[in-house]
Amino acid sequence: MSEVDGKRKVNKQPNKQPMPSQDPKVRIKNFSEVALGYTEEDAVIEAERCLNCKKAPCRQGCPVEIDIPAFIARIRERDFAGAIAKIKEKNNLPAICGRVCPQESQCEKYCLVGKKNEPVAIGRLERFVADYEMAHGGETVQKPASPTGKKVAIVGSGPAGLTAAADLCMMGHDVTVFEALHTPGGVLVYGIPEFRLPKEIVRREITNIEKMGVKIRTNMVIGKVLTVDELLQSGYHAVFIGTGAGLPYFMNIPGENYNGVYSANEFLTRSNLMKAYRFPEYITPIVVGKRVAVIGAGNVAMDAARTALRLGAEESYIVYRRSEKEMPARKEEIKHAHEEGVKFHLLTSPIEILADEEGKVRGMTCLRYELGEPDESGRRSPIPIEGSEFFMEVDTVVMAIGQGPNPLVPETTPDLEINRRGNIVADPETGKTSKPGVFAGGDIVTGAATVILAMGAGKKAARAINDYLATL
Amino acid sequence: MYKIRSKKVLGPGLKLMVVEAPEIAAKAQPGQFIILRENEYAERIPLTIADFDRQEGTITIIFQEVGRSTRDLGLLEAGDSILDFVGPLGKKSEIEDFGKVICVGGGVGVAPVYPITRALYEAGNHVVSIIGARNRELLILEEEMRKVSHQLVVMTDDGSYGEKGFVTDALRKILSQDTYARVIAIGPLVMMKAVSQVTKEFGVKTIVSLNPIMVDGTGMCGACRVEVGGETRFACVDGPEFDGHQVDWDLAQQRARMFLAQEKIADEARGGGCRCQK
Ligand SMILES: Cc1cc2nc3c(=O)[nH]c(=O)nc-3n(C[C@H](O)[C@H](O)[C@H](O)COP(=O)(O)OP(=O)(O)OC[C@H]3O[C@@H](n4cnc5c(N)ncnc54)[C@H](O)[C@@H]3O)c2cc1C
Ligand code: SF4
Ligand code: FES
Repeated sequence: MSEVDGKRKVNKQPNKQPMPSQDPKVRIKNFSEVALGYTEEDAVIEAERCLNCKKAPCRQGCPVEIDIPAFIARIRERDFAGAIAKIKEKNNLPAICGRVCPQESQCEKYCLVGKKNEPVAIGRLERFVADYEMAHGGETVQKPASPTGKKVAIVGSGPAGLTAAADLCMMGHDVTVFEALHTPGGVLVYGIPEFRLPKEIVRREITNIEKMGVKIRTNMVIGKVLTVDELLQSGYHAVFIGTGAGLPYFMNIPGENYNGVYSANEFLTRSNLMKAYRFPEYITPIVVGKRVAVIGAGNVAMDAARTALRLGAEESYIVYRRSEKEMPARKEEIKHAHEEGVKFHLLTSPIEILADEEGKVRGMTCLRYELGEPDESGRRSPIPIEGSEFFMEVDTVVMAIGQGPNPLVPETTPDLEINRRGNIVADPETGKTSKPGVFAGGDIVTGAATVILAMGAGKKAARAINDYLATL
Repeated sequence: MYKIRSKKVLGPGLKLMVVEAPEIAAKAQPGQFIILRENEYAERIPLTIADFDRQEGTITIIFQEVGRSTRDLGLLEAGDSILDFVGPLGKKSEIEDFGKVICVGGGVGVAPVYPITRALYEAGNHVVSIIGARNRELLILEEEMRKVSHQLVVMTDDGSYGEKGFVTDALRKILSQDTYARVIAIGPLVMMKAVSQVTKEFGVKTIVSLNPIMVDGTGMCGACRVEVGGETRFACVDGPEFDGHQVDWDLAQQRARMFLAQEKIADEARGGGCRCQK
């Protein structure tokens, strides 16, 4: 398959080297990771598909500017340690990004090979080298610059906060992260399920950041136990806010408060953060009925639908107002959901949830939709079809229609400007807010987006904070 | 880790713990709550702050052992530690000089009503308090409540102490003798609902403190949804105090039963002995 192209071997196979995965029939009975990861052979074969382009169009799709062809070249040479070192120059969380980034709309979207064939599996390669490093115990902890004597407080330990913390620490600042929950990681620990992102991996990446010198304080709800102003008064020279989009939206339809209706956040937090999937060893309960309807079609919805199957649901539905084409989830998640038997009720949405006399959900009245003209998001907007009401029998409903910004920090920081959606207004290049010394980034600024965009925002803010600290 | 400085058994299954949490103690206000997670396997459970001592840096919690989590917690002794302890959560009580107020506490609900009563008393209100319990053994904080009330009425269901009857019996009597600016009532849902019904007849504004099922306590999950005045609210951030006349009590009671079957399984799984046998 490979042929020699000048000195270099180029592998012309049209498709990505397949990802070894757990069999769908087996994996819906466990919470272990679905995608098992490349072997060394797989990785080298895939790396040989890369053309090592001079212009490297893939790089423009990477929000943290990884030198993609350079790390892939090292894989080809079997210098796996060199490959990961190259990635880590730019990205402190490669094992996570390799697993959850929507590569098809980022680096892989621009890959030259992708013009005719499947693009190079950049994400899988990134994951491979990160896992290789963990497995070979060679995790190198980077050494920070000499101390500057400046203190920075980071609010929220999701990807935005962790990235800002790691970068600022490297620059020699004294960094403390304040996290509201009992475990750091943000959505990576409470939202994204174990079968997609093992929590052990998140823990190890965070431990590495702590080893660099970042302090993490859990159980600290900023706005309650301390305000941003109090942080500034108590010796922190700057504050970065990365509190995410943690506020779950509901549809505001009748019956949403019946027993059996969860927000995706509650459903996933119970299962992931509180480990209800190991109930009663872990004593946080979760109730999953026989038929579960998840409303929405993003990553959150796919995660909820697939979690429901693993928790014992006989049927798990995705109920979505638009069509397959508009579904915002990563392609791979949609594919995995299909493989696992999740049923897709598209162009459908509930208008009411119905319950039995004890208040337990027994079904939903749904409406069918057709697609009209594209709206401002560019997606064709759904139009209800008159008289198309029908009853869908379900006993659990999970609302995964989006999340907004949690108002706790803005409410308690009077001079912090927010927009009408409640997001903090911050300069996209620097994270600067209306309040001097206060920076923000990630979902709290953009609204619910992606891990890598949050990390990119954390990186930019770290640079801007470093500049700001130099002026003090 | 948050160390338990002291522990007191107040009655059968009724325990008080003073926990070292200086940052929370520095900020706590009457009406707020904490969420704790005893150990790695435990649930996150909300408990209203029964008292706080800013100098000592401690938070007092009082709980009744009603299920797996509170029973496990009750086994801890002074010197032991609680893994996670977060707060102060929720909005603080509205405290000002309203004139004449009535504070009602039922069962373990006397614990959270105490700091509110004290604050209202210190703010210059004329405070009439009614506290009640099933029987004498379950009655708590009588002396503390007496010190911060101009008048204290004690009720027990079985008449083993104070007057026989429910707190609502005393409330009705007091309300028919004089006019009051507001009533604050904390206790079991049925009690708060009954109190709200009585005060509605008299047209007296009533504040209740809801303690629904919670997970994070920061507005992130919506497990704590309640309906107040026809609107869905998150009790952990919008409350825990709400206008008792506006609360949808039937829904609150229904939602409290959501995990009843699982709670039983968890309680049974507790069995005896150590986890390593599993
Ligand atoms: C279920 C699910 C699946 C997803 N799947 C993907 C995916 O596959 N790929 C992808 O790229 N993106 C995915 N996303 C989106 C992605 O996770 C987010 O865009 C990203 O995590 C945002 O990072 P962040 O750092 O801004 O915020 P978060 O990750 O939300 O972290 C915010 C942190 O701040 C803490 N916090 C909030 N308020 C306070 C406060 N007042 N004081 C202290 N701490 C506070 C929170 O507890 C949290 O830990 C998914 C999201 C969800 C919910
Ligand atoms: S665009 Fe594709 S082929 Fe070119 S360097 Fe990037 S990954 Fe390799
Ligand atoms: S407990 Fe999660 S939102 Fe209130």
